[in-house]
Amino acid sequence: MNLAKIIKLANGMLLTPDLDIDIEIRGGYGADLMSDVLAFSQPDSVLLTGLTNPQVVRTAQMAEFRAIILIRGKQPQPETLSIAAQENIPLISSPYGMFELSARLHKAGLPSFESNDI
Amino acid sequence: MTSRTPTEQEIYGRRGRLITDHDANKISRIEELAYELKVHDVMTADMHTASPDMLMSEVLDILRINRISGVPVLQDGQMVGILSLEDIVRAMQKNELSAPVSQYMTRSLITVAGYDTIIKALQAFTDSRLGRLPVIDENNKLVGVITKGDITRGFLTALQRDYKEEEVRRYRASHLFEDIISDRTTLVLRYNIKAHDFIRGGNASSHIKRALLRLGADPQVARRCGIAVYEAEMNLIIHTKHGGILKLEMEPHRITMSTTDDGPGIPDISQVLQAGYSTASEQVREMGFGAGMGLINIKRCVDKMDIESTVGKGTKLTMRINLPIENSNTHKDK
Repeated sequence: MNLAKIIKLANGMLLTPDLDIDIEIRGGYGADLMSDVLAFSQPDSVLLTGLTNPQVVRTAQMAEFRAIILIRGKQPQPETLSIAAQENIPLISSPYGMFELSARLHKAGLPSFESNDI
Repeated sequence: MTSRTPTEQEIYGRRGRLITDHDANKISRIEELAYELKVHDVMTADMHTASPDMLMSEVLDILRINRISGVPVLQDGQMVGILSLEDIVRAMQKNELSAPVSQYMTRSLITVAGYDTIIKALQAFTDSRLGRLPVIDENNKLVGVITKGDITRGFLTALQRDYKEEEVRRYRASHLFEDIISDRTTLVLRYNIKAHDFIRGGNASSHIKRALLRLGADPQVARRCGIAVYEAEMNLIIHTKHGGILKLEMEPHRITMSTTDDGPGIPDISQVLQAGYSTASEQVREMGFGAGMGLINIKRCVDKMDIESTVGKGTKLTMRINLPIENSNTHKDK
C-alpha cells in the first residue's frame, strides 16, 4: 500500500515534509516495546507506536521500517524528528489510538507484519 | 574581543536571504555544482577567432563550417570585440558582407574570468542576454569561450563523475578482502559508547549497519548484525556506569561483535538470559526498553553469543555471525 494512502487513512500529518511519501509499504506493525519491534517485525513495513524518543527512529532503521506513525496525536521530540529526516524515514502523527489505527489500516488491506522471523 | 558587522553574504547566504538548515537540505547537487565548478572547467579553450580586418563573409564561412554562432575578435593576441551571427545578419541586410569585421563587431565586452564560478557565468548570461561569453585569465588574455551548452555539458559530466566515484567507492569497499592479501585480514570498527546518552543511542549501530552494506554484506546479515549491536549498544547506555566500547571485527568468513564495559557487572548471568528479567529503571522502560528482551533478541540474531561478567569489574558480550564462504547467499541459523 502506498504511504500517501496510509497517511490519508490515518488522517495523519506528515512531520517530515521533505521526505518522499510515494513509497510502497508492505505491512504494518504496532508496538511500544522496542525489543518487540526488533524481535518480531519484518522489513518494509510501517511502525505504529506511542513512543516519541529518538530510539524509535533508530529501532525503525535497524528493523528496516519504511515509515513511523505516532498514535493519539503525539508529537516527536526534536531529536527524533531530525534523525528521521536524516535517515529518510517519514514520521507521521495520527489522531487515532493504536487499536483504532491498526483496525483502519488492516481493514483497508494493509497486512499484519507481526511474525516470529527475524 | 573585536566585533565587526557581518557581511551581507553571511547574513543572507548565497541566495539573497537567510538560509536555514531546512533550506540547506533542499539545495540540490546541481546548485552545489554551480558554486563548485569554475568557468575554466567547462569552457571551450580550443576556439575559433577572427581578426578586425577579416571580411564579414570570411567569418560567415568560419561560423557555417564549424557550426558555431559567434567568435571573439583578436588583434595582436588582445581581444578587441566579439562577432556573432546577429552582426552578420545586420551586414547582410545592408549587403555589406565585404565589410571588415571591425565595422560590425560588438566592442562593449562582457567577459567572465576562468576562475569565476558557473553561477557567476549564468548571471552574466542572464544580464547580458548573450549566448556566448569570452573567458579571460588574470592578465585579461583571452583563454576560451563559454556557452550555456558548455555549462549543461559540464553539469552532466560532473554528475556522472559523482556517480562513478560512489560506484568506485562501493566497489573498493566490497572487494577489500579480495584486494588485500594476508594470512588473516580483519577490519575492526570501534565505537566509544557513553553511559546514559540516550539521544545518541543507536548512532554507532547505524554506522555499523551502513558500513556492512557498503562492504557488500548480505542485507539479511546486515539486518541481523544491526539489531544485535543495537541491543548491545543500548545495554551499554542503559546499564553501565561509565559506558563502554562497541567493537565489530569483520573477516571474510565471519563477523564478530563485542561490547566491553567496566561495571557494574552481572551477578547471575543465567538470570539475565531469562525472558522478561530486567533491572532497568522506570525512565528506561518509558523509552520502550528494559523489558528484559535484549539479550534474547541478540541470541536470535547471531550464531553464537557469549557473556562473561564479574561484579565490580565489568562485562564482556561477544556475538558472532558466520558468513558463507564464496557465495553471498542468505545464511540463517535454524
